[in-house]
Amino acid sequence: MSIFLKNKMLAALIPLTLTLSHPGEGIFEFGTANAQNLQTYQPVTDERLLHPEPENWLMYRRTYDSWGYSPLDQINTKNVKKLVPVWTFSTGVEEGHQSPPIVNNGTMFITTPKNQVLALDARTGDLLWRYRRELPEDLFQLHPTNRGVALYGDKVFLATVDAHLLALNARTGEVVWDQTVENYLTGYYMTLAPLVVKGKVLVGMSGGELGIRGFIQAFDAETGKSVWKTYTVPGPGEPGHDTWPGETWKTGAVSIWVTGSYDPQLNLTYWGTGNAGPFMGEVRSGDNLYANSVIALDADTGELKAYHQYHWNDSWDWDEVSAPLLLDVNRNGRSIKALVHAGRNGYLWLLERNADKINYVHAEPFVKQNVFTKLDPETGRPTYDSQRIPGIDKRAEFCPSVWGGKDWPPAAYNPKTGLLYIPANENLCGALKGKPATYTPGQLYIGLELTDVELLPQKEAKDHIGELQAWDLSVGKKIWTVNFKSHNWGPVLTTGGGLVFLGGTNDRYFRAFDAKTGKLLWQQRTNSGVTGVPVAYQLDGVQYIAVQSGWGVDAQRKQELLDKAFGTKIFVPQGGVLWVFALAK
Amino acid sequence: MSQKDAQSEPVPLPQSCQACHTSRLLNRRTLLKSIFGVGVSLHLAGLATNAADDPKKMRPQVGDLFVFSLGDRQGQVITPQEVPIGGPPIIAYPMDPGTQTVRDGSRLNRVLLVRLMPADFTESTRTATADGIVGYSAVCTHTGCDVVGWQSETKELLCPCHASAFNPRDRARVLGGPAPRALPLLPLQLADGKLTVASPFSGRVGADQK
Repeated sequence: MSIFLKNKMLAALIPLTLTLSHPGEGIFEFGTANAQNLQTYQPVTDERLLHPEPENWLMYRRTYDSWGYSPLDQINTKNVKKLVPVWTFSTGVEEGHQSPPIVNNGTMFITTPKNQVLALDARTGDLLWRYRRELPEDLFQLHPTNRGVALYGDKVFLATVDAHLLALNARTGEVVWDQTVENYLTGYYMTLAPLVVKGKVLVGMSGGELGIRGFIQAFDAETGKSVWKTYTVPGPGEPGHDTWPGETWKTGAVSIWVTGSYDPQLNLTYWGTGNAGPFMGEVRSGDNLYANSVIALDADTGELKAYHQYHWNDSWDWDEVSAPLLLDVNRNGRSIKALVHAGRNGYLWLLERNADKINYVHAEPFVKQNVFTKLDPETGRPTYDSQRIPGIDKRAEFCPSVWGGKDWPPAAYNPKTGLLYIPANENLCGALKGKPATYTPGQLYIGLELTDVELLPQKEAKDHIGELQAWDLSVGKKIWTVNFKSHNWGPVLTTGGGLVFLGGTNDRYFRAFDAKTGKLLWQQRTNSGVTGVPVAYQLDGVQYIAVQSGWGVDAQRKQELLDKAFGTKIFVPQGGVLWVFALAK
Repeated sequence: MSQKDAQSEPVPLPQSCQACHTSRLLNRRTLLKSIFGVGVSLHLAGLATNAADDPKKMRPQVGDLFVFSLGDRQGQVITPQEVPIGGPPIIAYPMDPGTQTVRDGSRLNRVLLVRLMPADFTESTRTATADGIVGYSAVCTHTGCDVVGWQSETKELLCPCHASAFNPRDRARVLGGPAPRALPLLPLQLADGKLTVASPFSGRVGADQK
């Protein structure tokens, strides 16, 4: 029951008219600049997803290999100091704005918390249409955010926090189909940007704190019908099931909340998986496959073809949800088709991908890590310091903290410099103490008191916590590091102009660095903290950089704990704004 | 683990949405009419009907008793003596004493019962307590999580999701964290020695989902 209006005056009244819509359904509005978009929207094809035009940003990390790299070079190290905002757009929503602006030939799509999708004219910032989901009144949002849309054909796909997958008409914002993926009342929710592969829309499930059984599911892009579904916790009779004692697999968590990568040659999608639940490993003794792993799923069938578990029987809340970057690494005279992952567990992992296997190659800590005493040289399996393992009524301190060496904000790789850029947090340790947990559907099932989650800044944290690190994987060496006094929640963009863009700090700055040296070249203070994924695009010969600024979720939570630890009270205002920059004329 | 899954059919929404199509045809006068008149009232009436139809989903009513929402004694009536002095809170559901219907059809009906010394309360809070017990909505006003945490030393209610803290002595005023407003208060009274609801929640429960 939604209403289209093109009249500007009436458009202002739309929120009133749309009280006619039903809970669970959405509200959509037409902007004033839609007519041209209706005519010119260019459908997204498999070919375009495989080989995106340099001027577009069609998926979460722009390319299937998850590099977060744009070849555009109009904005470069020589002129970036002339970068200025050309337009902005207020989203009208608080909390964590983490999604990248997805750009397809002049049409931009952003998402916000509470499952709003905004379609904008990427030249002017005019609103084309707005979709706002009516969320159930009894929904609770542990992570009030959304990480973006996926595009295919003439549709826009949104995974919702009440566990639906929606297909919207890219030209109008109308809901084409609405698929219930799971029951939100039992703790299932979604925050990730879907991944589209060959006509299928792949999503993963959040809810690791609520006793879910995680999975990845593929839906037909045209019809919304389910094609395959693969659990991240194996059931009875499946390989790996014996790594879960008793009935623990049923509520074993292992959520998926960041978009996967895809290797078209192997036809495999690669996903990072969350930790198991409840959080204390002793209540589910065993490796708990496929928690804290990278898993390789056949894109056509969902069959699990290979995996590598970064660490087993987690007790530190170290989700390893970031998808690995797919790149070729020449190391010790050998060319490796690699999977690269900067872990929440503080190790930088270099793995080799094959059709039916993932081989361990090398790993080393990129921040202080005192839990792993050694790694098996053949398999990479870590051995733990037992003093660093928290348990039921057993407090243990460990480094890095529960938010890890790198949380969800994606790293980036620049083929021109050959460097990997990691948004890291250093000098922060933590402590946990568990308690017994009883499962109740839809309730927290973590086995922790809030007061037993501690953040322990080390003395070096007075100097800095946040870091931007640049690594040369061919020699396994950190080339440069930029330090930030603040913790760092900034996703990374790198470009053909030799630049690295990053926000993420509590001082609200968005910055550009020289990709070769790490030298700060430009910065802009924004409305809020920048936890959005930055992108680059080009239209009519003009290159733009776009990013959302909107602090919230774990960044806000961690800030509160840091304020307690340091005796500070740092105010980071909330409320999302999209910023678009170009070179001053 | 992998399975062909053809279970669920998507809701075939608006590709052929008749209502949308029809609404495009509405002229401006009709639209304005629906905005300010019939449309809104129909919608509100619809909501009211849904809520009123199901006693399990109705918000707490005057005279309701309380039952344990979790644990071994789930569903059993809570007596004032069973609410521990000084906390921690008990998470309860209201129950219609006549029909014995527990109002657990919506998690927005979860109530925190906290017992403190009467002198601990501010005046405006104390008037809503019964035998030192105060009732608050258990649903955080930030993003709707259950406020299940308890800081025993400072006697604060804590939301485990985003660390909002509320003062049970003073109408659940926000002490810290992102919650935009206090937890709604549920005034209590003793009736024949039983803990009951004295009047409805002081405000809208839950988070703003818009």
